[in-house]
Amino acid sequence: MSSRDAILGRVRAALERKVSPPDTAAIDAHLAARPIGMQPPRDWEPELRFRTRAEALASTVEKVPGLQAVPGAVVRYLVTHKLPTGGVCWPSLRRLDWIGAGLGMEDRPARGDDLVGVTGCFCAVADTGTLMLLSGADTPAAASLLPETHIAIVETARIVSFMEDAWALLRAERGRPPRAVNFVSGPSRTADIEQTVTMGAHGPYRVHIILVGA
Amino acid sequence: MDVRSNEFKSRAAANLGDAKLQRGLGLIKVKAVVNRANAVAEFGDFETLREAGKQIRNRALADLDLYLERFEREATARGAVVHWAENASEACCIVVDIARQNGVRTVAKSKSMVSEEVGLNDALIEAGIEPIETDLGEYILQINDAEPPSHIVMPVIHKTAEDVADLFHEKHGTPRKTDPAALTREAREILRPKFLAADMGVSGANFLIAETGSTLIVTNEGNGRLCTTLPRLHVALTGIEKVVPTLEDVSTLLRLLPRSATGQAITNYVSLHTGPKQLEETDGPQQFHIVLVDNGRAKLLAGEMREMLRCIRCGACMNHCPVYQAVGGHAWGWVYPGPMGNILTPSYVGLENAVQLPNAATMCNQCGVVCPVKIPLPDLMRKLREEQMDRGLKPWPERLGLALWGWAAQRPALYALGTRLAVRVMKWLGGNEKLIHRLPLAAGWSDGRDFPAPAGRTFRELYKEKRR
Repeated sequence: MSSRDAILGRVRAALERKVSPPDTAAIDAHLAARPIGMQPPRDWEPELRFRTRAEALASTVEKVPGLQAVPGAVVRYLVTHKLPTGGVCWPSLRRLDWIGAGLGMEDRPARGDDLVGVTGCFCAVADTGTLMLLSGADTPAAASLLPETHIAIVETARIVSFMEDAWALLRAERGRPPRAVNFVSGPSRTADIEQTVTMGAHGPYRVHIILVGA
Repeated sequence: MDVRSNEFKSRAAANLGDAKLQRGLGLIKVKAVVNRANAVAEFGDFETLREAGKQIRNRALADLDLYLERFEREATARGAVVHWAENASEACCIVVDIARQNGVRTVAKSKSMVSEEVGLNDALIEAGIEPIETDLGEYILQINDAEPPSHIVMPVIHKTAEDVADLFHEKHGTPRKTDPAALTREAREILRPKFLAADMGVSGANFLIAETGSTLIVTNEGNGRLCTTLPRLHVALTGIEKVVPTLEDVSTLLRLLPRSATGQAITNYVSLHTGPKQLEETDGPQQFHIVLVDNGRAKLLAGEMREMLRCIRCGACMNHCPVYQAVGGHAWGWVYPGPMGNILTPSYVGLENAVQLPNAATMCNQCGVVCPVKIPLPDLMRKLREEQMDRGLKPWPERLGLALWGWAAQRPALYALGTRLAVRVMKWLGGNEKLIHRLPLAAGWSDGRDFPAPAGRTFRELYKEKRR
């Protein structure tokens, strides 16, 4: 008998299954209905909530009126923080006028020594101030992870209230999750040494969010 | 991992006098406990959320076979390879085989308690493969001669920044520094090239999602993301009980887990992995293996300990446990310390190998009150204590004492006479101070404190007098 059959056999014996194979109707119904569980009260406006929560998690947030204003905002942020004015960006952002803003943004896979990574996001979750990033050829996961500074572009129309809304949007637009779905809530951190919170463990030290919207 | 749980009493006694450990443990009360309380208060109706979490976990366990099969079907359809391991050695064999078949030399590991449980690092080393722990705490332990963790969320709670400073200075050959931020940067810089060079990443899984065939991990450092993004293979190793039905269900549990563990509303990273790298992608592993480990879990499902399988490994029970706060996690002598360890260790390694653990509790129920999935931990400990008695696993003086007491308690007249005599003897022992400095048969208790002597008459005597 395979280990799989042995384990499932023990589980079925523990659950006192009478028929073999057991009827899947009960789980089918739940998997189809996908009921939404308990959520905290929504007594806030999503964009403001997103901003407040993101800042509470040590991200910085600014807002620009349109996508064409993003390269200018990126260069201002980098210069203000004395960071290099070049790095890696998602291929999906290659059409923005980086050169015109004086930035050297390359739409290639991120390397271990890249210092700045610019990405978009699939959507953002207001409740927790969280970015939702999907992996893909044009949206590689490493760009938001390897560089010390992560700059994320968030269209305000893509801010949803709760994580469940993000899943609903994912199902509506993509059908199913891609290889990796990463929820990002601020710079990486650790509190392993004396429970002292320290920013910049293995991921970015800084997350800067550029909201795009009216 | 070797089981040293029967050394609980001696290790606990030693730990009580360990000043550095006591300092680390003291921080739990002012940090982890306070942070959780603030997060719970900020959320509002956390009690209803706990009940919702309990129901979701119960639903998954009630149809565990079906949800596991669905998980396997969906994960396989997306290109993952699902393996089943009956026990620790089979789990290690599976991972070592995957590594060998793919010419793996180094493995970057994200924190996984199941990998500690099955002893994966030793198995890899034996096969000539180098495991590299990448969680900061786990890395510190690994370079300190593979010391075991003392907490499931904060593995080096027993170490000070000074300890880490000495260790890094010695092992890295770098100038000594004590600032936690500088130490963290040093570990980052040492580990970054190892991430980039690793052939395989090993992670755990906080949850398995049946609906989509995905594994989910929560992390703060980003090492979990690196381990699952950069190496050409990813192996997720986890227990069969971790399955939940839907993404909606896991969303509810994700409101409970970080708040209970560290007081965060969400961890820095929540990563959902479904299948390997797609053709056109520039990153992600070419192979994605998921190892589902039983190692005693199905047995728990059948018995009185089933509720323990709801556990989502937040560590709140140990943070709030007066025994854990006093003696630290190493006293438990295996992977899972604190109240959860009092149940899991005897269940997985045998009660005879962890005979003191069900008694390593004050039964104050702090653990039961904070548990995000409402596991009645003290009730489960009580059941294990009954089993200890039934199987004759208690030391003979304790069994004899209880047998004598039981015999006397069934004879009220004799019992009254005995207690009348006893309180008078104890009053005499107390003398003018009315304190007994040394209790016969309980010297361990009276070593550190005095026992107040009784007034000289029993409750039944006083009651009879008042009624007259």
